[in-house]
Amino acid sequence: MATQIVLEKETLKGAASNYISRIKSGDIGSLPAVLGLVSLVAVFGAMSEYFLTNRNFANLLTQAAPVMVIAMGLVFVLLLGEIDLSAGYASGVCGAVLVLLVTNHGWSWYTALPASIAVGALLGTLIGTLVSRLGIPSFVVTLAAFLAFQGVLLLLAGEGGTIPIADKTILSVENSNLTPMQGWILWAVTSALYVATGLNRINSRRKAGLVVELSQLWAMKTGALLIITGGAVYELNQERGLSAANSTKGVPIVAPMILVILVAGTFLLSRTSFGRHIYAVGGNAEAARRAGINVKRVRTIAFVLCSSLAAVAGMLFASRMNSISPSTGGSSTLLYAVGAAVIGGVSLFGGKGRMRDAILGGLVVAVIDNGMGLLGYGAGIQFLVTGAVLLVSAGVDAVSRRGALSN
Amino acid sequence: MSTPLLSLRGINKSFGPVHVLKDVDFDIYPGQVTALVGDNGAGKSTLIKCIAGIYTPESGDILFEGAKVDIDGPRTATALGIEIVYQDLALCDNLDIVHNMFLGREEKKGITLNEISMESLARKTLDGLNVRTVKSIRQTVSSLSGGQRQTVAIARAVLWNSKVVVLDEPTAALGVAQTEQVLNLVRRLADKGLAVVLISHNLNDIFEVADNIAALYLGKMAAQVKKNGVTKNEVIELITTGKSEGVTK
Repeated sequence: MATQIVLEKETLKGAASNYISRIKSGDIGSLPAVLGLVSLVAVFGAMSEYFLTNRNFANLLTQAAPVMVIAMGLVFVLLLGEIDLSAGYASGVCGAVLVLLVTNHGWSWYTALPASIAVGALLGTLIGTLVSRLGIPSFVVTLAAFLAFQGVLLLLAGEGGTIPIADKTILSVENSNLTPMQGWILWAVTSALYVATGLNRINSRRKAGLVVELSQLWAMKTGALLIITGGAVYELNQERGLSAANSTKGVPIVAPMILVILVAGTFLLSRTSFGRHIYAVGGNAEAARRAGINVKRVRTIAFVLCSSLAAVAGMLFASRMNSISPSTGGSSTLLYAVGAAVIGGVSLFGGKGRMRDAILGGLVVAVIDNGMGLLGYGAGIQFLVTGAVLLVSAGVDAVSRRGALSN
Repeated sequence: MSTPLLSLRGINKSFGPVHVLKDVDFDIYPGQVTALVGDNGAGKSTLIKCIAGIYTPESGDILFEGAKVDIDGPRTATALGIEIVYQDLALCDNLDIVHNMFLGREEKKGITLNEISMESLARKTLDGLNVRTVKSIRQTVSSLSGGQRQTVAIARAVLWNSKVVVLDEPTAALGVAQTEQVLNLVRRLADKGLAVVLISHNLNDIFEVADNIAALYLGKMAAQVKKNGVTKNEVIELITTGKSEGVTK
């Protein structure tokens, strides 16, 4: 009963009961996504003998990558309680810019890619300015942008046309793998940095006399994470080629790329004042304004980040399909991305969610897509199931929010 | 009485044809709780917003520590050490207590937030106010009771070595026990040497913690008197009619 919790002796039991009371009060975090992912993998693994193979696992990652990247961009916008319906086609437009520059104008990938991301940033600035300065609801602005970008993409690609891309570097992102050794080095370096950051945080908090997370609990969580990621690297390093002549093994190159975006986004959201302001605006925009936060600027930047990441996703689409077509980033792409973020635990009401939720939710969406396909269900059933999962997650979000409010 | 920390002299403020404040004089003393009372529409909020720099008076002087100042915006007020705790608190439910106390004024180490120094300072401030009712300062504000939320809002206001704290109806939505907690906190603020302005409709609260009472009536300062010199009935008369026989201006 004091603010001066003099390093109160926490126990694992206490931590567990804290966690349970947090869940009861509506702060469920990513629990539903984790449970959903585990049960989906179990079900599909039992029903399809191909689902749990190395080849399918690698395939799943490259399939999920573009949607995950769009979803990570959407996290910024969703945290504000806004929405960006145009992110899917923004990725198409930016992908088309990239492919056109490389294929038709002979640019190298390292100049064309920044240019396409700059186009994404420009689109985001436009949307963000309309939303924050003119006060048009983001739903309407981005719905208009959704239609307009679709038109731009058609004009860029030409009716019915596709633009191929042959640049080796861009194609390798979704189609090549790290060598097994590189995969292990990546895992080791990332793990070491993760552990060092965690230890550093615990130490400096202890030095300052602040309450410290139970070190056993931290060690357990970190250990579990290292084992899971290590296992994934191990599996991906196994031979999964169809013939001896066509050897394929290693972590897909897109994985470290997603990792970089995840780390950078998490850093931005949880360690910088800009990230703090995003949460503040999403939680209570009026309070943020009175606290001297430039709410309009925060809103605009969130949309810029969202569209810029959509541009990165456009590159992934181009890499995966070897081309850009008028339907790139269209149909269900955006809705899958929003679904991924929400399933992962990002609240549609704003103010709640993390970068990693987009990854977790993106995996759930990809597993449904992939597993149902393997079981031979058509697109109709797949859409129905994905829709149902999204509805359940949004429902859980709304109900847990009500639970939190009634406290 | 000691010399006032903040003095308003002859303040006038109109919104179009509506003359809201008419030659208002108002004094705020360090180490004292000055209650600002008045019926709805008497001009309390407008007067506060002139102090906060949200409105600029058309005429009149504002003296801070004896010197004439020009409060032309909220930032000027903050720079002088004037903090307002609004009725709707302006807290972000999804952030924890530390985050809320430093909202918009985060401490940084390089480009990253300095969570450790913020948390230490937040805890020191809460301890300094003898707040012992929150379990962890890392819990989100949404999990706090009304009184605890008010406490966080007040603690945020005093975090910045502020000199004047204006509280707009801090107990309006609270139960009996929580009202008592907050009133104790208000008293402690004044005892620490801050100049506290308490806007309230509740005369019991006012008579419990205030040192001075200033009553606004239809945009005019009906009277600013010491609490010991008036009775509740006289204050009610001041609020409802603008004058009271036992009270001289």
